[in-house]
Amino acid sequence: MTRANITLPFSLPEAYRTLKEKVRDLAERCIAPRATEIDKLEEYPEDIYQLLKEHGILGIYLPEEFGGGGMGALGACVAIEEIARHCSNSPLFLSIPFLATRAIEIAGSPGQKKSLLSGIASGEMRASFSTTEPQAGSDIAAMKTYALPDGDSWVISGQKSYCTGSPQADFIVLAARTCPDGKAGRLRSSGELRNISLFIIPKGTPGLTVGPPERKMGMRGIPTCSLFLKNCHIPGKNLIANSGEGFKATMLTFNSARPGIGARGVGLAQGCLDYALGYAKEREAFGVPIVQHQAVQFMIADMFLDTEAARLLVHRAAALVDVGRFGKEDAHFISAAKCYASDTAMKSAVDGIQILGGTGYMKDHPLERFMRDAKQLQIIEGTNQIQRSLIARNLLDL
Amino acid sequence: MSQTKAPLPFDLTEPQKMLRKMVRELAERYVAPRAAEIDERDEYPEDIYKLLKGHGLLGIFFPEEYGGGGMGFFGGCIAIEEIARFCSNSPLPIVLNMLSSRVIDLSGSPEQKKHYITGLAKGDLRGSYALTEPHAGSDAGNIRTRADLEGEEWVINGQKAYCTGPDKADFITVAAKTDPSAGTRGITYFIVPTDTPGFSIGRHERKMGMRGVSTCELNFENAAVPKENQIGVLNKGFKTAMIGFNQMRPAIGSRAVGLAQGCLDYSLDYAKEREAFGVPISQHQAVQFMLADMFLDIEAARLLVYRAAALVDAGKIGKENARYFSAAKTFAADMAMKVAIDSIQVLGGAGYMKDHPLERFMRDAKQIQIVEGTSQIQRIIIARNLLDL
Repeated sequence: MTRANITLPFSLPEAYRTLKEKVRDLAERCIAPRATEIDKLEEYPEDIYQLLKEHGILGIYLPEEFGGGGMGALGACVAIEEIARHCSNSPLFLSIPFLATRAIEIAGSPGQKKSLLSGIASGEMRASFSTTEPQAGSDIAAMKTYALPDGDSWVISGQKSYCTGSPQADFIVLAARTCPDGKAGRLRSSGELRNISLFIIPKGTPGLTVGPPERKMGMRGIPTCSLFLKNCHIPGKNLIANSGEGFKATMLTFNSARPGIGARGVGLAQGCLDYALGYAKEREAFGVPIVQHQAVQFMIADMFLDTEAARLLVHRAAALVDVGRFGKEDAHFISAAKCYASDTAMKSAVDGIQILGGTGYMKDHPLERFMRDAKQLQIIEGTNQIQRSLIARNLLDL
Repeated sequence: MSQTKAPLPFDLTEPQKMLRKMVRELAERYVAPRAAEIDERDEYPEDIYKLLKGHGLLGIFFPEEYGGGGMGFFGGCIAIEEIARFCSNSPLPIVLNMLSSRVIDLSGSPEQKKHYITGLAKGDLRGSYALTEPHAGSDAGNIRTRADLEGEEWVINGQKAYCTGPDKADFITVAAKTDPSAGTRGITYFIVPTDTPGFSIGRHERKMGMRGVSTCELNFENAAVPKENQIGVLNKGFKTAMIGFNQMRPAIGSRAVGLAQGCLDYSLDYAKEREAFGVPISQHQAVQFMLADMFLDIEAARLLVYRAAALVDAGKIGKENARYFSAAKTFAADMAMKVAIDSIQVLGGAGYMKDHPLERFMRDAKQIQIVEGTSQIQRIIIARNLLDL
């Protein structure tokens, strides 16, 4: 009796395999040839954005009712990974709006969803996300940017740092404190966390200035900038999550977008493995292709098994998100995926260069670029120390 | 009874401490402010070269009879480490002096030693070293550059890869096959002045880090050098070179120890100032543990390097001690890579930016795992040494 009809568990369902093939082909043909110069010239890859838009990839994770592909977090991860195998910058056209739109999906009004999600799905709109401030990174609750009520509107002032994609964003989902007395200060109690809210800040809002791009080690194709807000008037309808729910919404947003960062890590690690393996089969030393030396074999084997583990963690985390399980109780599964995948990416890049030897150190090959790009993954959207804290807290019921 | 006169074992001697203090002050004052721009501009630090020369550091490890400082490889390691704490490029003049002189020092004629070692020690000459070829890195015995004796000259033909510093060098110590039918037993080294007709420098590599020194292809097209430029016994060059690499390993290890110490110092300072969750981040165990691991790995590496350097200066540089030299180099290099990565992590997002030196250290650190015997080759050497293979 044939078992052909039974889907192999723990593997991608068919629709996702089809998506994977599609994006893989696109990435190999059109993105791979551009990756090196995007990094070298520090140049925003508008052509790649248009490519992804044209092929319906940009909205792959958004619900169909808004014109998206309806493939959720798992769809996002599949697409992100395939692109990340060649280029670390191009996947951000998915991963950043994924983060921004998660906030709207989780806590947005019907009106916000209608106007913004369709725009992102079609690619007509670009979005960024901003919580970090100069003195508030991991300690997000220490943020000082505040929103004072003004009738039905809000007046927002403050400074944000490290907002990626901000110069090109049509709107930024931005966290600010809605303390009624406008006093920003050190948190004294968790009650103050409830004063954090998410706002939609449109491009061109008077009082909003996007600072110059940071000089980064890698991830050079998409600018990362400070934001300066001086008495920005934001209509009430742009408040995404009410005071009292904003911090929770922010945490849920991060949880549900976290698999996407894991997917960037898996893709980068896979890209390093593929490249190093290809090289190791050709390069000779001591009379044989270096792939026949155990030292090299073991590096390759470790890269493979770590990447496989990371991919499974990421897919399982994405699946949890897609069935609505991205709250506190399941947070450790999702954190584990991000943490493991990004640490794997870092290690794979370092070892990938090692397999190529001196050659791997040179800009003729992509591995030094991957190594510079990989480091960022261990830091963003919750450092891997924060991820470990989240995991420990959940395990220990703290 | 007072024991104050007995020196603490496993500690530096007084002259070594003085050297360390001197170099540390120089490095803090003159090297540190220049490090970022050397990297950003891909610019060889000629001013640092002159600084090292002026303070007798270029030859600190050479014997006094050649105008050196007489402080041995241990002294060289101390100087290299202190400079490497701030800049990965600036120690290279000392490193290249060591590297380009090894085969000459170990097997050269008295005339060669007098001329070249004295020249290097005083900073009148700069040297470089060329063994690796495009198809032969770890597998050094497989090089194809040939040297053929024609009358009173050795005529060299071939190509070298990844030679560091040739554009500033007056001469290059070059490995060539003098018996193509033999592997490592057919290699002889030659001194090739860089103004030799037929010698040219090819492409300058575009590197991830170590951007203050050039790494280049070399071309030899009937490049002829006098017979006297042969170093040591015909076809015995590789064996000598391997002993020379043993001597070099603590020095390369020192580059790594210095880099890692620089990363630790920087991230420690940051961690004391930066606050999160109401306290300096240095109070969070996650951060404490990263810093603690950095410290203990650096200490272990430094001791391995010092012990290796002591063996070198005691003349115990034979095959039987290969495991100690290789252990020092690879432990330090691998450790430095990890420390650089983790030091950025301590700074978080800020560490990723070029406003801080850590991303530069991370780019520089990777090279140390590869040069002068990859971490894999070091492990093979150790294993073979342990297993008497």
